[in-house]
Amino acid sequence: MITITVNGQRHDIEADPNMPLLWVIRDILGLTGTKFGCGAAQCGACTVHLNGEAVRSCVTKINRAAGQNIVTIEGLSANNNHPLQLAWNEMSVPQCGYCQSGQLMSAAVLLRENPNPTDQDIDDAMSGNICRCGTYQRVRAAIHKAAAMQTEGVKS
Amino acid sequence: MKKLIIISCFLSIVGFVSLSFRSEKVINKNYPTLPKDSVGSTKAFMSVYKVLMSARCMNCHPSGNTPLQGDDSHLHTMNVTRGLDGHGVYSMRCSNCHQAENTAGLHMPPGNPKWGLPPANMRMVFQGRTPRELALQLLDPKQNGGRTKAQLIDHMANDALVGWAWHPGEGRTLPPMSRPAFAAQVRLWIAKGAYAPSAKIK
Repeated sequence: MITITVNGQRHDIEADPNMPLLWVIRDILGLTGTKFGCGAAQCGACTVHLNGEAVRSCVTKINRAAGQNIVTIEGLSANNNHPLQLAWNEMSVPQCGYCQSGQLMSAAVLLRENPNPTDQDIDDAMSGNICRCGTYQRVRAAIHKAAAMQTEGVKS
Repeated sequence: MKKLIIISCFLSIVGFVSLSFRSEKVINKNYPTLPKDSVGSTKAFMSVYKVLMSARCMNCHPSGNTPLQGDDSHLHTMNVTRGLDGHGVYSMRCSNCHQAENTAGLHMPPGNPKWGLPPANMRMVFQGRTPRELALQLLDPKQNGGRTKAQLIDHMANDALVGWAWHPGEGRTLPPMSRPAFAAQVRLWIAKGAYAPSAKIK
């Protein structure tokens, strides 16, 4: 039995300690906002926060998450009103949408640590999140917009 | 009077002998010493150099701020950057993908609890260094993380992240000699005087 906290809720998980955290999140807890992309930490689609760090849940074993705090896209904000989610919506960032929860979770770490990122900061933070639709320009613009909204005091 | 001179001479000799043993002991506590031998020391370093310049070691001691990957030491995909502490930046921290142990399978992320590059203020670059440059850099505490020769030997022989090079996971070649053989060459290099190879040796 492994206990993890996901989006503020404690869960006792009966699973092999080597099971990827992604499988637990999607298949056991039913939180399907986090996506399976490559299964090899190459694409960033499965990014979630483990104690605030943007880990790739496809290669993170559940054992590493034992007793830790996990936040998925479902828990990024109370009402889908994180500045990033608002900016994403306003600028119609997604195309197919598959990679977008991973993009948002990575961007959230960037904005937390750097409230006013430059283009270079965004490239450094986001280059591990691949988008096959090529929405990179809109991702970058939306992060700048969210940074401005955050500064202006939009509550998450 | 003659007796007194003989006794004092004897005591002086005993004193010198015991003092020399004492200083020998202090040196031995740090690292083994052998008679100075520039040829032998340099030869040992060249073996060390081959290991340090192999992909498993050099890939995390790049000349730029991006780690290297693979046996061909290409730039790490995803534009990974060093960061101030050597463990990446923002959502691109090393441990976000690299676990405490290798992830099983070909092309899967290798892992170690200390996975990372040297920090930005002590970059310890291997890539592109000649044997002489690397030897001098390794011996300079201002460039080697503040290590004494004894600590340098300990790092090479016992550090867990250095040791990963000999357990790199599927599909990655090993350094050109075993770790005990490598550690022995490091000890030999330093024991024989820690000489840097001539600038002519490439």
